[in-house]
Amino acid sequence: MVKKVKLRIVFLLALVLSIVLSVLLILKSLEKDVVFFLSPTDIKNLEEIETKKIRVGGMVKKKSISINSDKINFIVTDFKNEINVSYSGSVPNLFSENKGVVAEGFLQDRNYLKAVKILAKHDENYMPPEVKEALGDK
Amino acid sequence: MLANHIGHYSLVIGLLTSILIFLLSLKSYKSQIIDKRIFSISFLQLFFVLISFLSLVICFVISDFSNETVFNNSHTNKPIFYKISGTWGNHEGSLLLWLLVLTLFLFLFLINSKNELKRYRILTVVFQQVIIIGFFLFVLITSNPFNYLFPIPMEGLGLNPILQDPALAIHPPILYVGYVGSSLIFSATLAAVIENYISKNWAKNIKIWILISWIFLTIGIMVGSIWAYYELGWGGFWFWDPVENVSLMPWICLTALLHCILVLEKRELLKSWTIILSIATFTLSMCGTFLVRSGILNSVHTFANDPSRGIFILCFLFFLIIIALIIFFIFNKDKQKDYKKIYFFSKEVSILVNNWFLMYFLSVVLIGTLYPIFLEVLIDHKISVGPPFYNKLIVPFLIFFLIFMSLGPNLKWIKETNIKNKFQLFIFFFISLIISFIIYKKIGKTNLINTVLIAASFYLFIVTIKDFFSKELYNISKKLSHFGFSMLILSILLNGILSTEAIINLKVGEKFTFKNEQIFFKSLENNQKENYQSVVGYFKVEDDKKNISLFKPELRIYDQPVVITSEADIKTTFFRDRFLVMNTIKGNEYFNVRYQVKPFMIWIWISTLLLAIGGFLSLYNRLYEK
Repeated sequence: MVKKVKLRIVFLLALVLSIVLSVLLILKSLEKDVVFFLSPTDIKNLEEIETKKIRVGGMVKKKSISINSDKINFIVTDFKNEINVSYSGSVPNLFSENKGVVAEGFLQDRNYLKAVKILAKHDENYMPPEVKEALGDK
Repeated sequence: MLANHIGHYSLVIGLLTSILIFLLSLKSYKSQIIDKRIFSISFLQLFFVLISFLSLVICFVISDFSNETVFNNSHTNKPIFYKISGTWGNHEGSLLLWLLVLTLFLFLFLINSKNELKRYRILTVVFQQVIIIGFFLFVLITSNPFNYLFPIPMEGLGLNPILQDPALAIHPPILYVGYVGSSLIFSATLAAVIENYISKNWAKNIKIWILISWIFLTIGIMVGSIWAYYELGWGGFWFWDPVENVSLMPWICLTALLHCILVLEKRELLKSWTIILSIATFTLSMCGTFLVRSGILNSVHTFANDPSRGIFILCFLFFLIIIALIIFFIFNKDKQKDYKKIYFFSKEVSILVNNWFLMYFLSVVLIGTLYPIFLEVLIDHKISVGPPFYNKLIVPFLIFFLIFMSLGPNLKWIKETNIKNKFQLFIFFFISLIISFIIYKKIGKTNLINTVLIAASFYLFIVTIKDFFSKELYNISKKLSHFGFSMLILSILLNGILSTEAIINLKVGEKFTFKNEQIFFKSLENNQKENYQSVVGYFKVEDDKKNISLFKPELRIYDQPVVITSEADIKTTFFRDRFLVMNTIKGNEYFNVRYQVKPFMIWIWISTLLLAIGGFLSLYNRLYEK
């Protein structure tokens, strides 16, 4: 009987310890690996330039897309502020002027984002909620 | 129009039969005699739901636009195959399918459980009917597939073209069988807890349902993944996207349950843990439905953003969880008087270790999926959690998981006495270390954690192959599944490490060189197809040994709704996939071209299939044992 209780206690302790450790581990890496979403206006208002990977959402400005063989440059706007984006990589089919876009990448300065990914969306009428919100009433 | 009415009224009658069965079962539970009418009414219920579902299919086939669901999701010039699959390619229809599988499963349970405790059977029916009634109400109140439209529109809005694909036509039904199976496990577990029937015998019977759900969930996830691979054109098969995660979570939980039920069956241990896992699996399945349907997660699965639907599922889910917890705490008395000795070197402890790892993986995925949602609700910060998070947290533990997985199944139940004779297992470990070292020497990249991971998966690979040659043939299903899993991890790893890609913007007539291959964009061809315009690009790929292959990736411009999709051209061999996809950039003569070489891609699908076949063999054995 005593042995049974002892075993149970050891087992419970191991369980609690492993849970605490794994939760700590998960939260710790969450801190490092999350990607924040910002609008061009948010970026303008940043106190310090974010060095981590971020997402920028808004509309692709009219007539702002320029392409050469390994790069695509365009401007993302939320109709208050805008930011230049340069990108080399694959582009979703729905990417075009005057459509919503989410670009993921690293800020070079307040006006320039080097994108590593442009998010594909599935539907013509669809607009990411982040974009919708960033655009306000428009 | 007639089909529409028949469908609607069958659904209402279905709800009535549900309530009737519920009341009859309660009466039977008191009198302890199963009312024969329960069987016939259950059959009627299945019949009416089936009629209702078929009516919706007919509405889709004849393009009856007086039906709102058809109007929103179909179009007259869509191929007949996609008219039919369009039935469940939308929110309302998919819920009707869900309901159909729910009633079908209950009916199958009723006719397949004759040898079991009467009160347990009746209680299972009661709980299952509560779930079914919940879904009936959900369908009828918030998402009726038979809403009437007047005036009748001439033409429908069409099905999202990205869903017009054979893999995606079968993905929802298969996945649903898996999800819904977990509801039956949930009901049966609650019934067994109340009747204090959690026993070896129960474990034996419930394992059939666990296996069915597990097999279908595995295949369902695989089909979805194959679709994402060739249709989305990102060249991957798993993106740690929240909608993928919500299907992975019940799978992990179900896998844990599948192992834990073995311990219950053989040694009558881990009773409470089995109950918790059953409840958790069902909760995760429902959570998946909630997250995907409510519009919280944005994806191809989000058909409409209607908050009332999300709230309904959420309330219903809370109701079920609270009932489950109350039953668990009131009725689950561990009446285990005889103390069972547990030795460290035994199969049951190794299964416990397996469950620990699976729960850890589950919590990583769970937190990674839910944290962004909570953060947005609580402090209005928008964030996303990507692959680096999952890789960092899962990969190191995967190494130990694989090693335990190699060792555990070779231990005996109760106590392994023969540890010294397991010497060959050490030899295998060194062999796999050497193999992975050679692989890394050849590639030239040196990353310690990847080398060890490859070694660990080779270890499992070798050990599982060895197991095929051992004299006991009886557990072939387990061997096959474990072998499949080792192959899955190995092919994912090698695929991840050895894949190469080039992305470039090209005009017609231009070429570019990628490693030892030259890719030449020869020409474009336009064709008008049934419901889309096709633009085919001709690419000549020539390597330095003058082997020429022609790639024909396609762009489809659908008429209704106007959507452009890319169809990748994939050349598959046993050793590698070569993948070429092109995208347009509107109003520009450049095409965005992506060329990828992905070694061992096909083995990912083959090994997942092996995993499922192993489960199927086990199911086959179970059914014929009786």
